[in-house]
Amino acid sequence: MPTKSKSGTRFRLNSISLTEQDYKQIADSHKPKTNIFWNCLKAFLVGGFICFIGQCIQQLFMTFAGMSAKEASSPTVAVLIIISVILTSLGVYDKIAQWAGAGSAVPVTGFANSMCSSAIESKAEGLVLGVGANMFKLAGSVIVFGVVAAFIVGLVHVIFGLGGVH
Amino acid sequence: MLIGSQTWEFRSKPTIIGAATVVGPEEGDGPLSSTFDHIYDNLEIDEKTWEKAERKLLQHASSLALVHAGISKEQLQFFVCGDLMNQIISATFAARDVGAPYLGVFGACSTSMESLALAAMIVDAGGAKYAMAGTASHNCTVEKQFRYPTEYGSQKPPTAQYTITGSGCAVVASAGSGPRVTHATIGRIQDMGVKDPFNMGAAMAPAAADTIVAHFRDTGRKPEDYDLIVTGDLASVGHAIVKDILSKDGLSIDKTEFNDCGLMIFDRDRQNFVLAGGSGCGCSAVVTYGHILKKMKKGELNRVLVIATGALLSPLSYQQGESIPCIAHAVALEREASSS
Repeated sequence: MPTKSKSGTRFRLNSISLTEQDYKQIADSHKPKTNIFWNCLKAFLVGGFICFIGQCIQQLFMTFAGMSAKEASSPTVAVLIIISVILTSLGVYDKIAQWAGAGSAVPVTGFANSMCSSAIESKAEGLVLGVGANMFKLAGSVIVFGVVAAFIVGLVHVIFGLGGVH
Repeated sequence: MLIGSQTWEFRSKPTIIGAATVVGPEEGDGPLSSTFDHIYDNLEIDEKTWEKAERKLLQHASSLALVHAGISKEQLQFFVCGDLMNQIISATFAARDVGAPYLGVFGACSTSMESLALAAMIVDAGGAKYAMAGTASHNCTVEKQFRYPTEYGSQKPPTAQYTITGSGCAVVASAGSGPRVTHATIGRIQDMGVKDPFNMGAAMAPAAADTIVAHFRDTGRKPEDYDLIVTGDLASVGHAIVKDILSKDGLSIDKTEFNDCGLMIFDRDRQNFVLAGGSGCGCSAVVTYGHILKKMKKGELNRVLVIATGALLSPLSYQQGESIPCIAHAVALEREASSS
């Protein structure tokens, strides 16, 4: 029975008495090891592959639609988002993500997935209180911190007059 | 009546006269598929929302359990039920159809044995001739409420568990034929400071160990008095921890078969998406009311102890940095013919 004492919670059975630290040690010894190197490599490969697809799409816009690299970037992002939304709707994106980790979460496709999955999930609660209210449930914090970070960078830029594109 | 500090001995040995299990497609694809009464081939359970799907599982299992027990809705006197949703909506909405006087319970994934213990208590105390215990869980309702949207692409660690889609109900009666409910050990809340909701096995293990030790202390029984001892949904990590703690404590749990419903329901090599194993209140319910009861009826198991474990967290509590309080309830089942 856990009893609060000065040394913290203790777990007592017939003959053993464990502190939270003792228990953590036992619990950690049974935790399967995650291969960080392999996970990083998978994330790198998948993330890189998504960027490669993006590059191909951009090249297509430049070659066949006569756009400049800058002009082609917006439709490229739109196409990647559509692909991500389709894969999310088909129930495939989350399976890729279990394998890829950050590789599929960090690119713009991960952002699209977070919005799309939230929208699908809350459809049952209606358009306004469901989809509308919950679509940014996960993506919202990305936008908030993105804007805050941009503001701080902007301040640094103004105060120190550091370089950058005008 | 109470024996020891926290165990009820049911002198009249209430009988499980009928039980039913319905599951989703992944559970139906697992090694125990032949023991379930109905397997839905789609995760939507032919419904439009996940919540309705979970409710339908429970409605289906409860009506099937009454059929298997050979009693009508009107004969059923109490329905003890719970699930994992906020305000246990699946249980209450299903109880609307069952129609019997209803007691809603919440013990997270321990609800299966909590409800069975209470139903047996009601019957043993002469409070009813027929009482039904039931519970259900659905993978997607749980993902939606406790974690992320179901289609959200996040990588889960290998300690994470897969909530099973399924429902199990059992009708407990004062007379009739079937496996008997002989004891129930009600657990105490245990919290060893584990905060990781993706490692529920480690959070729940102390609760399971405490209840197991209490059960043997209160009843004077030994592990070898049981043919099978199963924990509810500790899965690979939690189950290994309990084994370790119990052997350190000097309990010879290895003298009998000691398993976990979350490990039995899936083939983790083939169904690797389940990671550490199955979880959810449906998990111990469908394994107990399907696999275990059927084996008892066949005479392959005489005495079984089921310890259902529950992690009593809410999405709010872990976001606020709280650790996970856990509980475990044990119920002892005995085959009709065997002597005590």
